[in-house]
Amino acid sequence: MFLASPGALYLLIFFVIPLGLITVYSFATRTSTGRTSLSGWNVESYEAIGDEIILGIIGRSAWLATLTTVLCVAVGYPFAYYIATRPRHVRAVLLVLVMIPFWTNALVRVFAIRFLLGSNGPASALSESLGLGTFRILFTPTAVTIGMVYSFLTFMVLPLYVALERMDWSLTEAARDLYASGAKAFWKVTLPLTRSGIVAGCVLVFVPSFGSYVVPDILGGAKTLLIGSYIARQFRDARNWPLGAALSVLLIVAMLVAVALNQRSGSGAEDGGRPRGRKRRPGQGEAEPVTAVAS
Amino acid sequence: MSGVVEVGLGRRTRRGLAVWAWAVFAFLYVPIVVLVVFSFNASSRVNIWGGFSFQWYGEALRNDVITSAIRVSLIVALVSTVVSVVLGTAVALALDRYRFRGRRALDGTVYLPIVIPDITMAVMLLVFFAEAFKFIDSFGPRFTLGISTVALSHIAFNISFVCVVVRARLDQFDRTLEEAARDLYATGWQTFRRVTLPLIMPGVAAGGLLALTLSLDDVVISAFVSGPGSTTLPVYVFSSIRRGVTPELNAISTLMLTASIALVLGSLALQRRRAGAGRQTQVL
Repeated sequence: MFLASPGALYLLIFFVIPLGLITVYSFATRTSTGRTSLSGWNVESYEAIGDEIILGIIGRSAWLATLTTVLCVAVGYPFAYYIATRPRHVRAVLLVLVMIPFWTNALVRVFAIRFLLGSNGPASALSESLGLGTFRILFTPTAVTIGMVYSFLTFMVLPLYVALERMDWSLTEAARDLYASGAKAFWKVTLPLTRSGIVAGCVLVFVPSFGSYVVPDILGGAKTLLIGSYIARQFRDARNWPLGAALSVLLIVAMLVAVALNQRSGSGAEDGGRPRGRKRRPGQGEAEPVTAVAS
Repeated sequence: MSGVVEVGLGRRTRRGLAVWAWAVFAFLYVPIVVLVVFSFNASSRVNIWGGFSFQWYGEALRNDVITSAIRVSLIVALVSTVVSVVLGTAVALALDRYRFRGRRALDGTVYLPIVIPDITMAVMLLVFFAEAFKFIDSFGPRFTLGISTVALSHIAFNISFVCVVVRARLDQFDRTLEEAARDLYATGWQTFRRVTLPLIMPGVAAGGLLALTLSLDDVVISAFVSGPGSTTLPVYVFSSIRRGVTPELNAISTLMLTASIALVLGSLALQRRRAGAGRQTQVL
C-alpha cells in the first residue's frame, strides 16, 4: 500500500534489519582482539549465559523487577482507587497531577532521587541535624528499588485508574446490599473486576524494570549489576558483542512473552467486567487518551 | 455518574485512603521540588542552603559543552518529530482503512519498538550502524556516528508512538463524514484535507507532542548511537551524574523539567480540545 510504504520501509531498515542483525551477532564469535567475527556460527554466547555470574545477574534483575512490580501494585492500587472515586472535577485535577510525573523527563526524576538520597544530599543533611547520622542508602539494592518504584509507579497507576473508572460500581453496591462486608465486597467484586488493569499495570512496570539501565546505573553499586547494565557493558568496555547480543535476544523474547500473556489474559476481561452489550457510560471516553499513552 | 462514587467504605477506610493518596503525591513530587529549590542555591556545596541565586543557571549556559548539547537535542527532537509524525500518521491511516499485503506483519512490527527495552533497541541500532558503515565505507565515503545517526534512531521509535496515538483517534472516527464529503463531489484530496485531517488533527498533534517528549527524554539509545560532538543534553547529564552531583546539574535538570512540564500541559490542553472537537462532531 502506497500510504504505508515510506513508514514501513523506514521500520524495515531501522528496526527489522537491526533486529535481524542482533540475532545474527548472537551466533557470532568474539575474536581475541574483541572484534566480532561473523564467519563460523555457534551457540557459544548462549552457552555462556548458563554461567553462574550471568545467571545471578538475570536472577537479581528478575527479583528486583518483581519486587518493584509488587510494590507498585501495593502503593498504586489504593492511590488509583482514591482518585477514581473522587467527584469528576476533582478527579480531573488529580489526574493531571499524576500525568505530570508520568511525562516528566525520566532521567531528571532519577537524578532527583540520587540528589535527595546522596550522602551529602538534603535528606542526609536533615537526618544529621536531627542527630540520626548520615544516610547510607545510595548504591544499595534498596536505593535501586526506590528509584524503580519512583520511576515506574505512574505506569501502574494509569491502567489501574482506567479500570477503576470504567468499572460498574453498581455491582459493588449490589454486593453491599446483599450484606457483604466492605472488605468482602472489595476482594470478591471490585478487585476481580479490575483485574485487567492490574495485569496491564504489572506488564507496564515489570517490562521496563527488568531491562532498566539508567536507574541501576545511577542509584546502584557493584551489588546491583542488572541485565540492562550488563548488556551495555558488553558493547562498551568488555567488547563482547556476541554475548551482549545473545542477552539482548533473550531479553526481547522474554518481554514479548510477557506482553503476549497480558494480551491473552486481557482479552477475557477487557471490558472491565461490564455485562456485554451494555452501553458505554458517558465520560468513559475521557479515559481513553490515558490508555493510548499508557499502552 | 459524576458525583462521589459511594461504595460503602467505612469512615476510617476512607480517611486512610485519603492519607495514603496524599502521601503518594508527596512521594512523587518532593524529590522534584527539592531538586528545583536547590538549583537556586547560592552555595556551591550541594547540601547547605546559602541563599537564593541564579548563579548556576548562568554557569550552565556559559558552558559550551552544555549549549552545544542543548542545540543537538533540539535539532534531533524537531527533525525526528516532523518526520515521524508524517510517516507514523500515514502508517496509522493505512492500517486503519486499507487491507493490503503485509498489513498484519506491519501491524505487529509497529508495536515492537514500544515494547522492547531501550537498551536492546540501543544495541540493535549500534550494531546496525556499525555494519552499515562497514558496507558504505567499502564504496568510499566515510560515515561515523553523529547527529544524523541519533536523529535516524529517534525517528525509528517515534514512528511507532505516533502511529499508536493517531490510531486511537481513528478508532473514534465517524466515517460517514467522509462519505458525506464524497457524496457532495469532493475529490479524494479535498476530503482528506478538509474533513479527515481536521478531525484527526488532535491525535496527530498529541502524537507529535509525545514524539517531541520522548526524543528530548531519550538517554539510552542516544548514548549508544551518538559520536563525539553529537552528545544530546540527557546523555551529557547522564555521564555527568556518574562523575558526581554538582549545582550546575541541578540547574540543567530544572530546565529539562520545565520543558517536560510545558509539554505535558500543552498535550493536556490538546486533549481538552479533542474532547471539545468530539462534541462538535456529534452536533454535526
